[in-house]
Amino acid sequence: MSTRTLVSPAVLARPRGRAVYWTVFTGVVVLFALAFLFPVYWMASGAMKSPDEVARTPPTLVPESWSTSGYTDAWELMRLPVHLWNTVVQAAGAWLFQLVFCTAAAYALSRLRPAFGTLVLGGILATLMVPAQALVVPKYLTVADLGLLNDPLAIWLPAVANAFNLYLLKRFFDQLPRDVLEAAEMDGAGKLRTLWSIVLPMSRPVLGVVSIFALVAVWQDFLWPLMVFSDTGRQPISVALVQLSQNIQLTVLIAAMVIASIPMVALFLVFQRHIIAGISAGSTKG
Amino acid sequence: MTKTAERPPAAVRARPAGAPPPAADRRRRRLTDQLRAYAFLLGGLVCFALFSWYPAIRAVVIAFQKYTPGSDPEWVGTANFTRVLNDPEFGAAWRNTLTFTLLALLLGFAVPFVLALVLNELRHAKAFFRVVVYLPVMIPPVVSALLWKWFYDPGAGLANEALRFLHLPTSNWTNGADTALISLVVVATWANMGGTVLIYLAALQSVPGELYEAAELDGASLLQRIRHVTVPQTRFVILMLMLLQIIATMQVFTEPFVITGGGPENSTVTVLYLIYKYAFLYNDFGGACALSVMLLALLGVFSAVYLRLTRSGEEAA
Repeated sequence: MSTRTLVSPAVLARPRGRAVYWTVFTGVVVLFALAFLFPVYWMASGAMKSPDEVARTPPTLVPESWSTSGYTDAWELMRLPVHLWNTVVQAAGAWLFQLVFCTAAAYALSRLRPAFGTLVLGGILATLMVPAQALVVPKYLTVADLGLLNDPLAIWLPAVANAFNLYLLKRFFDQLPRDVLEAAEMDGAGKLRTLWSIVLPMSRPVLGVVSIFALVAVWQDFLWPLMVFSDTGRQPISVALVQLSQNIQLTVLIAAMVIASIPMVALFLVFQRHIIAGISAGSTKG
Repeated sequence: MTKTAERPPAAVRARPAGAPPPAADRRRRRLTDQLRAYAFLLGGLVCFALFSWYPAIRAVVIAFQKYTPGSDPEWVGTANFTRVLNDPEFGAAWRNTLTFTLLALLLGFAVPFVLALVLNELRHAKAFFRVVVYLPVMIPPVVSALLWKWFYDPGAGLANEALRFLHLPTSNWTNGADTALISLVVVATWANMGGTVLIYLAALQSVPGELYEAAELDGASLLQRIRHVTVPQTRFVILMLMLLQIIATMQVFTEPFVITGGGPENSTVTVLYLIYKYAFLYNDFGGACALSVMLLALLGVFSAVYLRLTRSGEEAA
C-alpha cells in the first residue's frame, strides 16, 4: 500500500520526475554509504593493516595484506576475554534483575491496587524528570556506602530503578483484558501464578522491548562503570578500551574497538525489525 | 493514563448480595492483599529508594556540606557554591555545554530532519536505509568516540585526508581551541541521529496524504507544502524530539572525556565533565554536588516541559 507523501505519484511518473527521483535516490545511497558504512569498513579494515601502513599518508583504501594479528593481539594484550565476560555478566544480570523486579512492581501497580499506589507511581514517574547523569555523584556515594564498589551489583541494582521500562510494562499490563485474568483467579490461580502463566506469556512483545533496552543500556554505558569499577580486572569493555587506549598500538586498539562493537551490532542486525518498529512506535505513543 | 473501572473482586461478587462477609474476615483479607501487593513491589521500591530518590535528596544535602567519604560531614553553608562559582572552569563548562547543546540542536536536528523528509519520499530500499542510519547508534559510544579521535588525528586522520583529497585547507579539528567543540558536535550527531531519523520518519507517515493533495491543488510548491503541511502536522513530535535532544546533550560526557580530555584550553570541558573532575580528581564531593544541583535545576525545567507536553499529547490522542 502506498500512501501519498510530499511529492505526488503523478509527478514521479513523468520522465523528468523519474530522473530526479533516481538522482536523489543514488545521492542518498552514496551519502549513506560514505557517512555510515564507510567508517565501519575503515575501522574493520584498519585493524588488519600493518602498524606502519595504518599511519601512512595518504592512507591505503584496501590493506596491502590482510593480517589478523591486530585482532589476535587485541584479544590477548588487552585481555578482551576478561572484559567481554565482565560486560556480559553485568548486562545479563541487569537484564534479569530488571525483568524480575520491574515486572513484579509493574504488575503490582497495575493489578493489585496497593495502598498509596498512585503515590508510588508518581514517585517513580518523577524520576523521569531527573536526568540520570546529573545524579551520578550522590548515587556513587550511596553505592560506596553499601560496599558495592567493584561489584557487579553496582550495575544490577541501580538498573532496576528504571522508570521508563517500569512504566512501559505497567501500561502494557493495564491493557490486558480483565476477563482473562479474572478467569484465572476464579480457577484458583494465585497472584504469582497468574503473573507467571497468564500475564507474562501475553506480554512477550513488551518484554522483548524492555530486554533489548536493558541489554543495550548496560553495554553502551561508560560514565557509571568508569566510576564504580576502579579495579581493572572488573571493568567492562567500554571502560577498559578507554583506559588502555593511551599506551597501545593503533591497529590493536582499532581491532579491540571492532570486537567491542560486534555483540551490539549483531544483536541489532538479528532483531532489526523489532528494534526499528519499537523505536518508531515510541513516537506515536509518547 | 487509562483508569480501569473499579469493580469488586471476583470472590466478593460471587457471594449472594444479602450476606456480606464478617467485617473482621474482610479486614484480614484486605491486609493480606496489601501485604501481597507490597511483596511484589518491594524489590523495585528498594532500588528506587536507594538509587533514585535518596541520591536526589542527598545531592541537595551534600551541596551544603564538606563531605569526605569515611569521615563525618560538616555543614559549610553555601561555601561549595561560592567555590564552584569562582572556579574559572565553571564559566567555561557552562558556556561549552550550552554552545554544544545549541550546535547539536542546529546540526543534530536539522540534518536528521531533512534526511527523514527525503527518506520518506524514497520508494526503494526502505529497510536498508533504516538499518544503515541506525547502525552508529548501536556502536558503543566509547567506540564511536575513539573512532572519531582517530579520524581527527592531525597526522594519518581521515578527516584531513578527505580535505586534502578535495583540495581544501586542512583543519586542526579537536586540536584547535576554536574548532574542538564543533568537531565533537559532529561526532555526537553522527552517533545519535539514527533515533531521531526513525522517530521523525514514523511521524511523517502519519501525515494524511489528502492534505498534500489539497495543498497541491491550491498551487503550493514543494517548500510551501513542507512549511504549511508537514511541519504543522508533525509539530508535536518535532518539539518532543528537540526537548529530548536538549536534555541528552546537556549531559554530554563521553565525547569530551575520550576525545579531548576537556582541552585544548578548556574549550570542551562540559558541566558533567566538571562534576566528574570535582568528585574524582579533586575529591571535592561537596563541590560536585553543588554543580549537580545547578544542572538538575536547569534540566528539571526542560524535563517538566517535556513531560507536560507528552502528557497533553496523550490526552489529545
